[in-house]
Amino acid sequence: MTASHILLIVRQPWPWYIAGPAIGLFVPGLLLVGNKLFGVSSNLRHLCAATIPTKNEFFRYDWRSAGGWNLAFAAGILVGGAIAGHLLAAPGPIHLSPAAHQSIAALGIHDFSGLIPRELFNWHALLSWRGVVMMIGGGFLIGFGTAYAGGCTSGHAISGLADFQLSSLVAVVGFFAGGLIVTWLVLPRMFNA
Amino acid sequence: MLDAAASSMRGDASPVTDGVRRIGAYFALGVLFGIVLTKSEVISWFRIQEMFRFQAFHMYGVIGSAVVTAAVSLQIIKRLRLRSLSGEAIDIPPKVLGRGTRYWLGGLLFGFGWALVGACPGPLFALIGSGASVIVVVLVSAIAGTTAYGALRGRLPH
Repeated sequence: MTASHILLIVRQPWPWYIAGPAIGLFVPGLLLVGNKLFGVSSNLRHLCAATIPTKNEFFRYDWRSAGGWNLAFAAGILVGGAIAGHLLAAPGPIHLSPAAHQSIAALGIHDFSGLIPRELFNWHALLSWRGVVMMIGGGFLIGFGTAYAGGCTSGHAISGLADFQLSSLVAVVGFFAGGLIVTWLVLPRMFNA
Repeated sequence: MLDAAASSMRGDASPVTDGVRRIGAYFALGVLFGIVLTKSEVISWFRIQEMFRFQAFHMYGVIGSAVVTAAVSLQIIKRLRLRSLSGEAIDIPPKVLGRGTRYWLGGLLFGFGWALVGACPGPLFALIGSGASVIVVVLVSAIAGTTAYGALRGRLPH
């Protein structure tokens, strides 16, 4: 097998049975490197503490020593996204299940060429109420909700569940309930579908 | 003893280069994580919709096998009482459930955002890197959300 063959395979979307175990290994990986618990949303708090001048005690701590490692990890994710999104990008549109393709098309979304729907997530869309709700409203809820719950998909759904933490199970049930409510009740109304 | 062994293994004594090296290791792990997130398409709004509509196994397979892999790894680390490269004993602080309000209510609010944006915090960084520049707005808004939580924290039920 030549290097170009390998590149062809790597460029295909990775199946769950490769990606899932690989993601799971970041939990022992970070513990073994420096006794750090895998969880990305703390970075939102570290970014607040680093950038926003405030007297609030929630943001007054030594973010460099508490979160420097995690901010470096987040910066790495950004670069990893750039490498995978440009050098290793899969040719052609995303291969969703036919049912998902049909449901999403029923919302009025027809551009399946990117990883996210370009019709919804672009700078121009910020001028529409729907774009504001999805990007600014959605982003705000992500930041508020993860800070309130003390973790996100990585910290609760992966690290927490793997450590059999009951509080993480409660949080994950909440994550899923919220996602189902938006998907089944809110989005169809937003798209008049 | 183990501390000394670990630092001689790394072969340096300067705390500055040590710190830089450690930050470099976390950065490199982040790069790998970003590649896995992007190549498995879990940063895709389409895939998140597919998951919440129960129309494919992909996302359940990714999250489920990640949890199983992490759980088995944690059991190995605990049973063998492994230490980190820096020589510390590995301990995972337990979260206190209490009344649990913060977990279900905070979780619910995050879930709303997860389905609207189609991404959780890790994927936000990967999406920006992959070229979706407008996701910077989502990230700034998420930071604003965390700031708002910090301001209201005293008045919220936990």
